[in-house]
Amino acid sequence: MKRTRLLMGMPITIEVVDVKVTESDIAGIFDYFASVDRMFSTYKKESEISRFNAGELTKKQLSTDVRQILQLADDTRRESNGYFNIAHNGQIDPSGIVKGWAIYNAAGLLKEHGFHNFYVDAGGDVQVSGKNENGTYWTIGIRNPFKREEIVKVVRLDNKGIATSGLYVRGQHIYNPHKPNDPITAISSMTVIGPTVYDADRFATAAFAMGEKGIQFIEKLPGYDGYMIDSNGIATMTSRFGRFVINV
Amino acid sequence: MKKILISVVTIVVFALYAVFGRNSSQASSTATGKPSSSNTYATNTSIAYKDGSYPGSAADAFYGTIQVRATVLNGKITDVQFLQYPNDSSHSVEVNQSAMPVLKQEAIQAQSANVDIVSGATQTSQAFKESLAAALSQAK
Repeated sequence: MKRTRLLMGMPITIEVVDVKVTESDIAGIFDYFASVDRMFSTYKKESEISRFNAGELTKKQLSTDVRQILQLADDTRRESNGYFNIAHNGQIDPSGIVKGWAIYNAAGLLKEHGFHNFYVDAGGDVQVSGKNENGTYWTIGIRNPFKREEIVKVVRLDNKGIATSGLYVRGQHIYNPHKPNDPITAISSMTVIGPTVYDADRFATAAFAMGEKGIQFIEKLPGYDGYMIDSNGIATMTSRFGRFVINV
Repeated sequence: MKKILISVVTIVVFALYAVFGRNSSQASSTATGKPSSSNTYATNTSIAYKDGSYPGSAADAFYGTIQVRATVLNGKITDVQFLQYPNDSSHSVEVNQSAMPVLKQEAIQAQSANVDIVSGATQTSQAFKESLAAALSQAK
């Protein structure tokens, strides 16, 4: 069963292959995403994050989940030597970490309900589990940052997370915290594969902020692989990335 | 364990540089449009060394001179440090960096779109989000 809804400003797709899945199971996962949106959306004035940014709530008044995200963001900032930073101009925008975290939790909910073969895709960041309806591991195509309808690389993943950070959106949402006024133009897209989409997402965001050096950061992270596309359409991949690639 | 393996590999690689001269395929930070060949390294996990600190010879690494120092403790390599490193701005050195791998590059090419899932950055914009929020509030 495969369903898609627009939530958190992006299409969220859930596909569960296990036969016992019901509409209600999947609806419950979408409800979880809606609750995340209510907490973290910077586009909703009444979200906890917006109220925190407006000074209406103190840190102590934040819910456990929001405080957890702030802590995780801080950990990521340190692990990435400051390149991952959710604070901009005195405001907090945790979108670079909330998405992966939410997808990962959603996958956890599905596993708790006894489902093994599924994926959760929110805006191109994905956690896969088990196999597709053909009985093979899920295949993921990496989008061409210069031509959205084109796939430029195909990987097959065995219970992993994959996240892509990119600048082919209108309205830059990633920049170098060490040089905030410099737009990041050196690279166009950074795809990271890791054990969980939560980690893939935050490290893809951090690596993207590093520009061309980002792929070296991923190379040095044990258990993570990356595929970086620069603004000239040249891709650089980590040394073990090839093990996921299939030529379709 | 993996760090030891990487250190051993690094020493072997630089030793090969020193003996056989520079490798002609380099991953470059400027676009060339040509894919460079991937490098395969010899690996050896069963070397025993005497404890101590050993500077290597200065080796010509094409874009400058490289010299490493290996530290051995309890018969195992526990650290490899750069004593000399090229100052080429396109190969900037980071503190505590113990290996500088040359990564494979390729020009992106269209593949089959016959995949289960697509990963790409979200195509969202401020206007889209505002429009979506307005539409959804009407749908309530």
